[in-house]
Amino acid sequence: MKVLVPVKRVVDYNVKVRVKSDGTGVDIANVKMSMNPFDEIAVEEAVRLKEKGVVTEIIAVSCGVTQCQETLRTAMAIGADRAILVETDVELQPLAVAKLLKALVDKEQPGLVILGKQAIDDDCNQTGQMLAALADLPQATFASKVELTADAVTVSREVDGGSETLKLTLPAIVTTDLRLNEPRYVTLPNIMKAKKKPLEVIKPDALGVDVAPRIKTLKVSEPPKRGAGVKVPDVATLVAKLKNEAKVI
Amino acid sequence: MTTLVIAEHDNATLKGATLNTITAATQVGGDVHVLVAGSNAGAVAAAAAAVAGVAKVLHADAPALAEQLAENVAAQVLAVAAGYSHIFFPATAHGKNVAPRVAAKLDVGQLSDISKVISADTFERPIYAGNAIATVQCTQAVKVATVRTTGFDPAAATGGSAAVETIAAVADSGKSAFVGKEIAKLDRPELTAAKIIVSGGRAMGSSEKFNEVLTPLADKLGAALGASRAAVDAGYAPNDWQVGQTGKIVAPQLYVACGISGAIQHLAGMKDSKVIVAINKDEEAPIFSVADYGLVADLFVAVPELIKAL
Repeated sequence: MKVLVPVKRVVDYNVKVRVKSDGTGVDIANVKMSMNPFDEIAVEEAVRLKEKGVVTEIIAVSCGVTQCQETLRTAMAIGADRAILVETDVELQPLAVAKLLKALVDKEQPGLVILGKQAIDDDCNQTGQMLAALADLPQATFASKVELTADAVTVSREVDGGSETLKLTLPAIVTTDLRLNEPRYVTLPNIMKAKKKPLEVIKPDALGVDVAPRIKTLKVSEPPKRGAGVKVPDVATLVAKLKNEAKVI
Repeated sequence: MTTLVIAEHDNATLKGATLNTITAATQVGGDVHVLVAGSNAGAVAAAAAAVAGVAKVLHADAPALAEQLAENVAAQVLAVAAGYSHIFFPATAHGKNVAPRVAAKLDVGQLSDISKVISADTFERPIYAGNAIATVQCTQAVKVATVRTTGFDPAAATGGSAAVETIAAVADSGKSAFVGKEIAKLDRPELTAAKIIVSGGRAMGSSEKFNEVLTPLADKLGAALGASRAAVDAGYAPNDWQVGQTGKIVAPQLYVACGISGAIQHLAGMKDSKVIVAINKDEEAPIFSVADYGLVADLFVAVPELIKAL
């Protein structure tokens, strides 16, 4: 079975982003970029499914600028077999990415698409669900456990208050939550091997997709600052403040 | 201009998140309708009809809607979507699961986690784990959005008298089946609805200590229990207790952070709380930069003292 794993290049999760002073966005010049952590979990899961013998080929896909090739090389160093970059300088929103992925699903006919539940830059949490809708496929979002057989996937997913389990017919779309797995460290030999794996570059036009943004960002601003309060010397003072000043207990 | 709000419920009760979403819909202007898609969910439809500000309730009832499977609920929303200018979902696990499916089928972009309504087509939403706020404009025919519940006060659950219209339920997609669920039994308030939250971090040291020290405090305050991602990852607390950008977003009246350093990720999930108390040994901990009342102390000494003093 073929598995498609979409990955996004985002600002590294350790970087504290700064809002640009002109309010046009956040400053990502000269900032470390990495694979979206949720997508890394998706790649790892695909590789584990391949190691179990259920999956035969893993195709990593990224949509965006030329530098996304680095993200795809990382995916191949974790264990993806080949990669496709849909290259464009246009700001891609989830609907556009979902349409590009839908075109690739039609072309590659994977049994499973597994991707992160959300990207840590725009925090949208949409692409997997949108792809499922466009391809008319079943979905299991926020996966914490994935069991794949030849004709179905059983997924435990994190929901408010606990977890639930769904069984989907294949092909299906799965989005990963944090606790699905812990991605392996990429080794140097695997990084070298990944450099030799095939990476195809195509343009959105070739897939017949209009990627123009649908939602306009008018401005980006700093969140309202919460002023630091006071340090209290002891528990008695704390209780007194909560009772008399804040009046919350 | 009419907004359709998709009700969050468990077939028996209307969940609080729906009320905050109704408030967001009211701020858009125009009428507010509520869709209840469920199974034997008549009580939910009746509860939705009683919410102040709701003009009409659409009620679709079928076994295939019992477990809120995304495929079926999205199809149900699409069946009634024509004519609505806005379709709002609570930004809960259910809402986030279904909303993008609806938007994609309508060929419109979706707005996630809106935290403020500026006008009928302009909204604010947090990005980068709440480290920046984007003002976004959506000029498409239908605005599909998920609503961050902490950004809006709940609508009054009573005072309304909307008509309930029964609508035909869609057929099961047949592509996804519900197998089972494990919902933790709650003997204390639900995290996202609690007025007071007691939360523990990595400094708790073990799940035994977590329980031993924080449970009595939560009991005393009638509080829900929460945890930082570090504490959850270390296995001190269950997954669904996690407060933070990738966990629950909460805004209680009082948030008591015990042994939580205050990673950006965690702050994004609780900084809208009315009053924040931080108890931490490390006086440099970032949690103190958002705390109204900070106590630099060993939590294993201070928390028992606090319980006694309450």
